[in-house]
Amino acid sequence: MTFLKRQPRGAAGVAAVLAVFLLVFLVIPVVKVVFVAFQDPASGAFTFVNFIDFFNTPLFRESFANSLYVACMSVVVGSAIALPLSYFTTRFNFGGAVLIQTLGVIPLIMPPFVGAVAMQLLFGANGSVNLLLDQWVGFTIPFMEGLNGVIFVESIHYFPFILINLSAALHNIDRSLEESAQNLGAHGMRLFRRIVFPLAMPGYVAGASLVFLKVFDDLGTPLLLNVNDMLAPQAYLRISSIGISDPMGYVISVILVVFSLLSLWTSFLALRGKDYASVQKGGGGLAKRDLRGGQRAMAYLVVTFVLLIVLSPHVGLSLLSFGTIWSFSELPDGYTLANYQEVFASSSQYITNTLLYAGLAASIDVVFGTAIAYIVWRTGVVGRQWLDYLATGALAIPGVVLGIGYLRTFNEINVPFVDKPLASWWVIIVVALAIRRLPYALRACVAALHQVAVALEEAAENLGATKYRTVRRVVVPLMIGGILAGFITSFATAAVELSATIMLVASESDAPLSYGIYVFMQSAAGRGPGAALGMIAVVIVGVATYLSHRVIERHRRERRETAGDVAPAI
Amino acid sequence: MKNPRFLWSVELVALCFALSVTAPVAQALEDSVVIVTSFPKDLTNAFKQAFEAKHTGVTVEVLNKKTTAGVKFLQETAGNNTTDLFWASAPDAFEVLKGDGLLMKYQLKATGIPELIGSYPIHDPDGYYKGFAGAGYGIMWNERYVKAKQLPVPKEWSDLAKPVYHGHVGMSAPSRSGTTHLTVETVLQGEGWEKGWATWKDIAGNFNTVTERSFGVPDGVNSGQFGIGIVIDFFGLSSKGSGFPVDFVYPSVTTLVPANIGIVNNAPHPQAAGEFIEFLMSGEGQEILLDPKIRRLPIRPDIYAKAPAGFPNPFEDKSIGAAVKFDVDKSKERYNLVNSLFDVMITYRLDDLRAATNAIHKAEAALAKKSNDKAAQLVAEARELVAATPITEAQSLDKDFAAVFKKKRKKATDTLTGRQAEVEAEWDTVIKDNYVKAKAAAEQALSLL
Repeated sequence: MTFLKRQPRGAAGVAAVLAVFLLVFLVIPVVKVVFVAFQDPASGAFTFVNFIDFFNTPLFRESFANSLYVACMSVVVGSAIALPLSYFTTRFNFGGAVLIQTLGVIPLIMPPFVGAVAMQLLFGANGSVNLLLDQWVGFTIPFMEGLNGVIFVESIHYFPFILINLSAALHNIDRSLEESAQNLGAHGMRLFRRIVFPLAMPGYVAGASLVFLKVFDDLGTPLLLNVNDMLAPQAYLRISSIGISDPMGYVISVILVVFSLLSLWTSFLALRGKDYASVQKGGGGLAKRDLRGGQRAMAYLVVTFVLLIVLSPHVGLSLLSFGTIWSFSELPDGYTLANYQEVFASSSQYITNTLLYAGLAASIDVVFGTAIAYIVWRTGVVGRQWLDYLATGALAIPGVVLGIGYLRTFNEINVPFVDKPLASWWVIIVVALAIRRLPYALRACVAALHQVAVALEEAAENLGATKYRTVRRVVVPLMIGGILAGFITSFATAAVELSATIMLVASESDAPLSYGIYVFMQSAAGRGPGAALGMIAVVIVGVATYLSHRVIERHRRERRETAGDVAPAI
Repeated sequence: MKNPRFLWSVELVALCFALSVTAPVAQALEDSVVIVTSFPKDLTNAFKQAFEAKHTGVTVEVLNKKTTAGVKFLQETAGNNTTDLFWASAPDAFEVLKGDGLLMKYQLKATGIPELIGSYPIHDPDGYYKGFAGAGYGIMWNERYVKAKQLPVPKEWSDLAKPVYHGHVGMSAPSRSGTTHLTVETVLQGEGWEKGWATWKDIAGNFNTVTERSFGVPDGVNSGQFGIGIVIDFFGLSSKGSGFPVDFVYPSVTTLVPANIGIVNNAPHPQAAGEFIEFLMSGEGQEILLDPKIRRLPIRPDIYAKAPAGFPNPFEDKSIGAAVKFDVDKSKERYNLVNSLFDVMITYRLDDLRAATNAIHKAEAALAKKSNDKAAQLVAEARELVAATPITEAQSLDKDFAAVFKKKRKKATDTLTGRQAEVEAEWDTVIKDNYVKAKAAAEQALSLL
């Protein structure tokens, strides 16, 4: 009974726990909200008529096509930004590679509302860039208009998904494979195209599929550009209107979920039947090379240019946070510290809450992500793929739907000792963040696991290690780069999540940063303090990312040193 | 072994304790009051501080949610309610809550508050929610923007339809913001259904954007993203108060509506909630509304004496908000229908509408220089195509038809006819077709000139 041996009880037990967690905190709340999509609005009977309506409505068909187009183009543009950044920093000895890896994550942290205002002030029809262009060259560029505007902003915002995952994968490539190829005469572009990039494929696919899914479901950017004819804004606009109970919003949500799963499945197919794992981990990562003078200058030029573009929203944000009045001009009228003073005087609890919530949520995410990845790809637990589908499906659930679902499901349940409804206890915000950001961590963990050879585990088990010990001592340490990448993405994006949070915040003392920004951004006078709070969010995540990169680097160095001790002078 | 005397004394102590706690409660306030509000921090903080200073020992817990989220929150948490007060602008949000039985009647103790602001009753006639400040819609603009683009300052809604403002105007959608809805409905009632929609589409043809949330409009004007915005007064007044180079004007066809507060059913702290309402209505509370970062119209006429020069006073200046006798029932009857119609005709088809409007403007400009009967006829046709609405006013007030948009089955056995998506798809086809035809007609007219 080899099958039973391959499927130890422990794994099944962990799978069951994960399944229950996802069922209680994802499936049930969402079903409680979206079942109206399958309900005949007239009689309440079960029906698919709403879906027929969806495809009969020209507006929805156009929205669907637009969303698809924007998502595909964003992957293309995002890859164009992420490829050089990740390649240069992992491949060459490059001053400040850690800095670039850190700064590259910053675009993910676009604080709600203020990020949008900053982008408009820089790139809008009457933003700094266009005012200057108009003044000096006599024409303007519609960066922020229509679908192309959405692609522009989405690519800048989400390319770090590719950057992080691809960098992690490049770090994990076995150097000996590259050296063998070089011995056989491959170098330059050919080496990259035939050896390096294919070996890093799991990381790239993980990143690209995240970008695709995220852009396909993204609400914030189309809303900031007031582009309505895409699916996610259509769903949101229809769900969140006062007093309207039209089921179309939920129908669109269901379609978003189905489509996300479909594209995920396609990315499975792309990786299926190929083996990306390498056994040797002695010389982890590509050989780092020095650049010659001219090349170095070129590399710096490319990297600086790309960073300049992708960091511009945050430059705008910092100007906004230090500025006094900024209206129809290239730069603010004056500069002040008053915004920061106001924030620190009134809103310090937001900062501690955010660190706590996003930290907890990201920790839950990497633990669950690693567990799910391992169960799906390394065990024979029945129905294991569904764990992956379920967890990833969370990506497509609009935050509003999850928030309403939580209120509906957990408001009647009182938490013992605290004596509050579960729906208004702060822990529920952590759970919501963990569920919403689990897909990011999961994709990163899956990609990392793909690069660990099963042979290593078999070896460990042959030497008498238990399954648990193998996972803890062999698999997880080998995956650590990917796991940290997952932690960073989850943490960074959880720190600025708003749509579910705003439904669930039940008292101001429990509120995180994004809620604070929202509150400030409700009034003209609050724009400066809101931007200051946004900057604080960016700095927090930036510092956290930098520290974790330091940890990875140290870890890698230590491993290299130990590896050197064990196998001297090969 | 049980000690009966011990038990008895415990009971006595408990009874005394219970009495000492419950007895004074009828008079004194609870230790906190929980408010769900859509108002900005500048407003809520000012009232929170003043109220807490006056009633020491009572903590005001403010929860900021936008109106739609607030309504959903109260609906979903009704079974285990923790909220005392709902505090927001849009009267229609309160109507929804009232309809769901989520509000509690409250008898106001304060006196000296007039019946009407403009032509709108200040307090809910049924007694469920109370108006505490007035607000009216108008036009705000960015001074630097209009100067740079050499635009005249608009004064009336009809000004915004002029070709000179093409691409410069911003507004929120009525389905997104209750106050925007009131503006749309006001013009529809003031000018009549057909002409009202024609006006809105003429203005919308000049839109730069339809923002997703109502604050997006003042934000866009403050940033200079677009120059002119259709906004509620305090957005314009408080932006100006915060130092932005903007200004605000009331057009003659506008309506004043109260911003409201109401006690939530089964409120955990009803006494403190009532006292908070009384405080809002008192002279002391009303004066806070004049703060430069708040700038809302007090409902006590005597407070205006303390207002800065140039502050609008609807109780003196009868031209503000008095031109239209707002019919609340009519508005309520077709509430969702008007939202949906606006979205189908304007929000979702803005690009087509703008293209048609632009073509018409060009043809009209050419026509002004050179007369041509055929071209004039084509332009008139194009205008008519743009103005056409898929349904008549009678239909909009037809209860059976409007029910498609309410679609609340009260009982499991209820059945309704028609589906919103079906109706909207039908409208959409007609409207898009009209806009495309209008553009073609206008272009043809231009080619003749």
